[in-house]
Amino acid sequence: MGFTVHIQTEDFDLSHEVAMLRAGQPAVGAVCSFVGTVRDRNEGDAVSSLELEHYPGMTEKAIQGMMTQAAERFDVLGARVIHRVGLMQPLDQIVLVVVTSAHRGQSFQACEFLMDYLKTQAPFWKKEATPSGYRWVDARVSDDKALARWGIELSNASGNQ
Amino acid sequence: MKITVRYFASVREQLNQSHELVETSAIDLNGLREELVARGEPYAQALGLGKAIRMALNQQVSDGEVALLPDAEVAFFPPVTGG
Repeated sequence: MGFTVHIQTEDFDLSHEVAMLRAGQPAVGAVCSFVGTVRDRNEGDAVSSLELEHYPGMTEKAIQGMMTQAAERFDVLGARVIHRVGLMQPLDQIVLVVVTSAHRGQSFQACEFLMDYLKTQAPFWKKEATPSGYRWVDARVSDDKALARWGIELSNASGNQ
Repeated sequence: MKITVRYFASVREQLNQSHELVETSAIDLNGLREELVARGEPYAQALGLGKAIRMALNQQVSDGEVALLPDAEVAFFPPVTGG
């Protein structure tokens, strides 16, 4: 099924997405997936809901570019990224990354690479509702460091510009 | 030249608008940002130097020295927090 990205308000089903990616692909011997979900706490405060904003058009292009890079770095056969936007509650699924390869090592690595990349370079913004009101979530320097492990030095949280 | 400027997340809220058409003589993204800041509030607060602002030109993350072109789509936004 190649390399696809979907930005949507609807929830997704992991089994269905894995089945779509594997369908008619007998060269696949490994499937690695990551699902990110909404936590009920952040920075020590209770979170009752999360609103996700994105930059339509740019988001899809950015993630497609990340998948192209993943395909150049790793021996992967396909990948599927779904990221939800809009209003979500704790327990809800936010993001899915699924990668297929012939052997497990490459899909494990490519899946983590894509998540590290997406966290710091895809134009999404989270706003959370806490007991003291709404607040925009701060970017984390630790996420920049996670991407730097792959040899990609791009600042998001780090540094003013 | 005329360009479209888009704002996201906290920047959009501070400026109370998601996009606008801007007539500019700036040669690059830094110049455009300076022009907007020179308008005063709320731009000075939202886009002032020292604020962590990321920029995109035609939907690609860009640094401030990238040249502006007519009909460009520029975006200003805070560090991203997806995933």
